[in-house]
Formats: sequence, C-alpha cells, structure tokens
Amino acid sequence: MESRFQRILLSVIALIMWSTTACPVAFAAEPSDLELEPLVVREPERRQVDVDKLDNENFEIGVFGGVMSVEDFGSDAVKGVRFAYHVTEDFFVEAVYGQTELGLTSFERLSGGSPLISDRDMTYYNVSVGWNLFPGESFIGGRWAFKGGLYAIAGVGSTQFGGNDLFTINAGLGYRFIATDWLAFHVDVRDHIFESDLLGTQETKHNVEFSGGLTLFF
Amino acid sequence: MIRKIHNLLFGLIAFCVLGSPAFAGMLDVFKPYHPEVLISDPYIEMRTGPGRGYPIFYVAGQGDQVRVLKQRTDWFKVSTDRGKEGWVHLDQMRHTLNLDGRPIDFGEIGLGEFSNRHWEMGVNGGDFGGARSISGYLGYAINPYITFQLEATQILGSFSDGFMGTGNILMHPFPKWRVSPYFTIGSGIIEIKPHTTIVQAVDRKDEIVHAGVGADIYLSDRFLLRMEYKRHTVLTSRDDNEEINQWKAGFSVFF
Repeated sequence: MESRFQRILLSVIALIMWSTTACPVAFAAEPSDLELEPLVVREPERRQVDVDKLDNENFEIGVFGGVMSVEDFGSDAVKGVRFAYHVTEDFFVEAVYGQTELGLTSFERLSGGSPLISDRDMTYYNVSVGWNLFPGESFIGGRWAFKGGLYAIAGVGSTQFGGNDLFTINAGLGYRFIATDWLAFHVDVRDHIFESDLLGTQETKHNVEFSGGLTLFF
Repeated sequence: MIRKIHNLLFGLIAFCVLGSPAFAGMLDVFKPYHPEVLISDPYIEMRTGPGRGYPIFYVAGQGDQVRVLKQRTDWFKVSTDRGKEGWVHLDQMRHTLNLDGRPIDFGEIGLGEFSNRHWEMGVNGGDFGGARSISGYLGYAINPYITFQLEATQILGSFSDGFMGTGNILMHPFPKWRVSPYFTIGSGIIEIKPHTTIVQAVDRKDEIVHAGVGADIYLSDRFLLRMEYKRHTVLTSRDDNEEINQWKAGFSVFF
C-alpha cells in the first residue's frame, strides 16, 4: 500500500516539475506581449539543401587473409588490414598492412642444420593507387546479378624481411563484389617485388599473394 | 526505500532533460540528413550503383521530389515517393532545386578549391642520397601561401635503412597557378640502421635540417601531383656534417 502511495505522490511531483521546467512557455505569455503583434511578417523558413551535411561514404576499411608465397621461403598464411579512400568513381588510394611467416628454405630443410635467419616474421605496408577497370554488373546465370568490378592496383611500400626493411613495389589485380551499399568482398592477386641479399647475392624477389577479404564503406 | 526514491528522482531528472527541446536539438546531430530536392530537368536517370557502368533502371520526371540519402564520390543515392532507390550523377543533381525553387549549391572541386585548400595528405617516393625513400605527410594551410606539414620518411638502402621525421613549412608564392611552385624549410630527426648482413655497424640518430623547392600540380578532383627537391644537412656528432640530396614525386589528396 505504502509503495503505491509513494508512486502516485512522486508521479504527481514529477508531472508538476516537468510542466514547470520543460514547458515554461505556457506560463510566460504576459498581457503586454499579446498586444504588440510584430508588423513584419516572418518569412517562411527556407529549406536550403546543405550538400556538405549529406552522409559521405568514400572510405573503405577491411580485413583480408590468404596465402603468400615468399621466394625461397615457401608459402604461408597471410593476414592484414586495408584502408581505402575513393577519390573519384574511377580512382582510389589504398593503404595496406600485412603479416606472414617465412617457411624453411630448401637448403635449411635438406641440410637439417640450424636455420639461416632467426626472425621468421615478415610484415609489410604499402600505399597504392587503384583504378576501377570494368565497373558494372556481372551475371551468373540468368537470375543473379552482382555489382562490382575489376581493379588494377600498384604502389610502393616497405617489407620487413629477415630483420631488414626493404623498398617494395607491389602490383596486382583485384575484384570487388559489392554486396550492399556498405559491404564489399574482395579477391586479390598481388605481386610484392623487392631486392634482397639475404641468401648471398643481391637479387630481385617476387612474392605473390592471393587473398580474399571483406570491407565496409563508411 | 531510499534507493527507490533515488531511482525515481533519477528517472524524473532524466525525463525532464530528455524531454526538453534543447536535448532534442542536440540529438539532431545523429539524425540522418535526408533532404528533399525538386527535379527541374525533364528527367533524371537512376542507376543501380554509384558508377557509369551500372544500368539505368528508373527515370524520375520533372517536378518530382526525391529524397537524397547519401553521397559516394560524384554519385548521390536518392529515393522517390514510390520507394525506388538509385544513384544519380552529380551532373544531373546540379539541375535539381531546393523545394522553394532555388538552385542548390553542390559545390565544385576545381582550381579554386585547390588554391584555397586547407588539409592535404599524400605519399611520395624517390631517391635519398642513393637510397630509396617513401614518405607520407599531412599538411595544413593557414592561408593560401603558408602550409605547415608533418612528414615521416622511411629510407631503404642496399646497406642500411632508416627513418626520418620532420616538421616543415612550405611557402607557395603563386597559389592560384595550376602548377604552383613552393619553397620549403624544415627540421627533424633521422635514424639510420645498417643491415644485419653488415658486421660491426651501429645505429645512428641525428638531427637534420633541410631546404628545398618543389611544385604542386593540380590534376583533377581532389588529386594533386607533387615533385620536390630537398637538400638535407645531417648534424652529426662527428667533425663534418653530412649533405644529402633528395628527389621525390608523389600523389596527394586535399580536402
């Protein structure tokens, strides 16, 4: 019983307080305000469209995973994150950070001796420019249409390989399946090219990466 | 009992605050902005996606009102009263009107915006005293003539690699030109780490100052091409300072 009275009492207090704090206008009108109507009629509110306030979805962020073949060191799983900014409908810039592991070289495996290098982590970053080549819809059979398109991409970056940072050029092709306005799936083939003297002589190494991933537009 | 009163009072205050018009105004920030526009061209074409490669699936006619939902690059997603949603190019959106019949300012990214840009960021690569260099920078222009810039450079040589971080000031004497030359000075630190295949090498960390010249070339939209030559002086702890020439080129975007 007691609690019900409390509830009613407090609800009444709440109502009074709300009406006095949130709705002061009802009590504010004094007779003097009512007598002097302004002579200038207010213009109707302009409904200007402010383009800058529109939701702008030019950024793309995502993760990927796949297989990377490192020359002399076999193939291993690769994973990474990517971030892109779409400058126009044709061009975008993309930054990628990826990580893979170095397997054993044939020499290490056959000789059975101690490993050539101790640091077997390989990380890379790169900044690239992508070009959307054939944007549009693609069809599978008669019932399915997918939005998306092929892109060619190339850029520069750095690879940490055997304890050294090496200048790396990357180039490749990818396909972007656009599932919804904000979700896309990627399939990517990328060659990472650098020069290394880790195994004796300075030579150009090609490291091909095959990956798939998903990205969000925001 | 006291706890109950507490809860009630808290609820009461929350109710008053949430119900007040001022709070409703604050919440507008989170409300999606979907303005309505009036079509003044004979028609606008709506595509299934934000690109010229996507098919046109619907046409909205003159006098129709459409709601603008979002933008991606030069494409605007609109919805019609009949519930059709599609993407319309900026060129056609330019011919739409405010509901009071006045034109809408869709803005245009061009040479004017390039000359009066504030924020810009870019990456470039080049030659740093025989080694390769990759840099990324973020700049802010306080006026069309003076830009402050933070730059990080990774140096990748055959025998050593390193990192350089600098703060720079750029001066563009002719910001209105499409090819806009500039002078730059700056200073920072450089850290050089010899490769592991080289024996008995030690890491070095020194201060560095530089002066340089370059040019920003406006390409289109928000893209610009930057080319630069810098002469660096490494203030070493040895008797002689080291002079390094750097040449580089790269792309930047401004916004």
